[in-house]
Amino acid sequence: MKILVGVKRVVDFNVRIQVKADGSGVATEGVKMSMNPFDEIAVEEALRLKEAGKAEEVIAITIGPKASQEQLRTALAMGADRAIHVETDEDVQPLTAARILKAITDKEEPKIVMLGKQAIDDDNNQTAQMLAALANWPQATFASKIDVDGDSANVTREIDAGLETLSIDLPAVISTDLRLNEPRYVKLPDIMKAKRKPIETFTIAELGIEPAAAVKVLKTSAPAARQAGIKVASVDELVAALKEKGLI
Amino acid sequence: MERESMAFDVVIVGAGPAGLSAACRLMQLAKTHEQELTVCVIEKGSEVGAHILSGAVLEPTALNELFPDWKEKGAPLNTPVSADEVYYLTTKDKGIKTPSFLIPKPMHNAGNYIVSMANVCRWLAEQAEAMGVEIFPGFAAAEVLYNEDDSVKGILTGDMGLSVDGTQKECHMPGMELLAKQTIFAEGCRGHLGKQLMQKFDLRKEVDPQHYGLGIKEIWTIEPEKHQAGLVVHTAGWPLDDHTEGGGFLYHMENNQVALGFIVALNYSNPHLSPFDEMQRWKLNPKISHYLEGGKRITYGARAVNKGGMQSVPKLSFPGGLLAGCDAGFLNGAKIKGNHTAMKTGLLAAETIFEAMQTGDIAGKELGAINDKYRNSWVYEELHKTRNFGPALYKFGTLMGGIFAWFDQNIFAGKLPFTWHNTTPDHNTLKPASECPKPDYPKPDNVLTFDKLSSVFLSSTNHEEDQPCHLRLTDPTIPIDKNLPLYDEPAQRYCPAGVYEVTKDEKGNNQFQINGQNCVHCKTCDIKDPAQNITWVTPEGGGGPNYGNM
Repeated sequence: MKILVGVKRVVDFNVRIQVKADGSGVATEGVKMSMNPFDEIAVEEALRLKEAGKAEEVIAITIGPKASQEQLRTALAMGADRAIHVETDEDVQPLTAARILKAITDKEEPKIVMLGKQAIDDDNNQTAQMLAALANWPQATFASKIDVDGDSANVTREIDAGLETLSIDLPAVISTDLRLNEPRYVKLPDIMKAKRKPIETFTIAELGIEPAAAVKVLKTSAPAARQAGIKVASVDELVAALKEKGLI
Repeated sequence: MERESMAFDVVIVGAGPAGLSAACRLMQLAKTHEQELTVCVIEKGSEVGAHILSGAVLEPTALNELFPDWKEKGAPLNTPVSADEVYYLTTKDKGIKTPSFLIPKPMHNAGNYIVSMANVCRWLAEQAEAMGVEIFPGFAAAEVLYNEDDSVKGILTGDMGLSVDGTQKECHMPGMELLAKQTIFAEGCRGHLGKQLMQKFDLRKEVDPQHYGLGIKEIWTIEPEKHQAGLVVHTAGWPLDDHTEGGGFLYHMENNQVALGFIVALNYSNPHLSPFDEMQRWKLNPKISHYLEGGKRITYGARAVNKGGMQSVPKLSFPGGLLAGCDAGFLNGAKIKGNHTAMKTGLLAAETIFEAMQTGDIAGKELGAINDKYRNSWVYEELHKTRNFGPALYKFGTLMGGIFAWFDQNIFAGKLPFTWHNTTPDHNTLKPASECPKPDYPKPDNVLTFDKLSSVFLSSTNHEEDQPCHLRLTDPTIPIDKNLPLYDEPAQRYCPAGVYEVTKDEKGNNQFQINGQNCVHCKTCDIKDPAQNITWVTPEGGGGPNYGNM
């Protein structure tokens, strides 16, 4: 069985985000970019399934500019067998991403599409769900444990009230949450080997997809700076201050 | 422990200007001579450029030699220097512009470029990779590996996945041996392996101790009408007193950004001095503040530089390896530049190795030819010319020293028949705290001046939390028992990242706290601790600052 894993190039989680001066978005020039951490967990889980003999091939896929191949190389160095790059310099919204993944899914026929539950850049948390709908496949989102058994899988999900375990038939879409696993460190020889692994490239047009611009970003701005606090000497003063602000 | 290993012809430690120049030159030579060569560069930063911090005004001399067609190749040298201004700041509110003819010649910048050295290194790395160099960012060279005859045989990368007490976590990955016929150490100023090599092979015999400065840098986006791309501003004087060397810089880069910073020589004597706070209050002088008002601080970082110059350059060769760039120390203090000399010495190291390979086996051999190559190069010539610049400032103070420098450089062209020495190491210069005045640093206004923690936040520094502390105390009692009573533990102030604190334990006793995860890898503690009790070792690869266009 094949596993298709989505990998997105995002601003590294350590980087202090800066909004562009004209409010048109977040500054990404000269900023460290990395694989979305939730996607790293997805890659790791796919590799563990392969290592446990539950899958034969792990294919990493990304949608983005040419430089996104760096993130594919990371996935290949971690152990993915090959990679697919859908190249575009345009901003890709979740519905477009889901359509592209659907097209690749039709070609590759994986049993599991494993995606990070959301990307840390725009935090949409939509692509996995949309893909499941487009493909008419079962979905198990926010996975914290995955047991694959033949043509079905038991997936434990992190939900508000605790944990929920689903039994789903494969093929299915699974999105990964933080506690699923701890991704491995990449080994130096594997980085060298990854350079020789194949990356297949498509444009969005070649896949016959019309990008959807369902959402238009009007303005990006930084959150307002927190105001300095005041110190009060007594409970009475505190109560008075709260009353003055109309808070009690 | 049985470790995996990989063998290369040449391993280079550090993907900075020196290491990457060496890598590119090796591949160029191999290509010209139609030879196969395997070269690997290892870099502790999470990506190339992540740990690069420099002014920077780049003199493109070495780059011209390496890639005469750098313009066509798209090197990010986009802002030629258009004007040079030097101010002598007298007080917080005043500064005098130094007329151009009074400025020592090495400080003239026509023909140079204002660059982000991190971006230049990223570009160099692209060139190197295109020529077949293997570059591994995110891996720290933790130890030098030796053959039985004590020659260097390569390096060991640090273990990944050790917990704070040194035990192996589930994700543990043992370090790997990278073996080489020759290893080039290009770690930058105060490289921790370079330091060990200098001791082991006695490379500093007959030379002066290295001297250092701490550079603290910020990048601001400023109002477009105040921005003048290519303008270079330097300041001397306030806020430092006449016996503390140092000065400020402000360079107008691209995109309405300015890079500004302040360097304090680490041979300062007042233990109450805080380089960070000097930098912050320096910005309040109108010569600087008028650019920043209405602007926004984008990023922050700090790095030690070596400024000992010619008198402090160690021997560059030892069995199995070479030193290049700031790991040895080729910064030209009079020009306030070291990138061009770092790159050039990288080229020299590459040429030395390649030439030696043509005549026989070089594995573990000492390639002493590098020392002659350096002496016959323009690097030596320019360091020789400016050799008395640093010692003059040290001997006579900034003002008189500056006047000497003008005569030395502009009249005598550095040819005066004597060489001054400064033989006091920087860690031996502190006076007891009780004898020194406490500077009156203003509270941060959060407009122009800031505190340390909000600053470190802008360096995007991160270390895996659960790992052994990478700042080692040889004697853990010294900070509280000796440094605190004598010097009010200066680490609290010289560290620009708030790593060191003296706090109280439950019983109210003083304790020395090390917040290693804040460390921006500047190496100042390793240099300035009066007891030389702090040793900087590599944390887990990928940790440290994540500088963008520093």
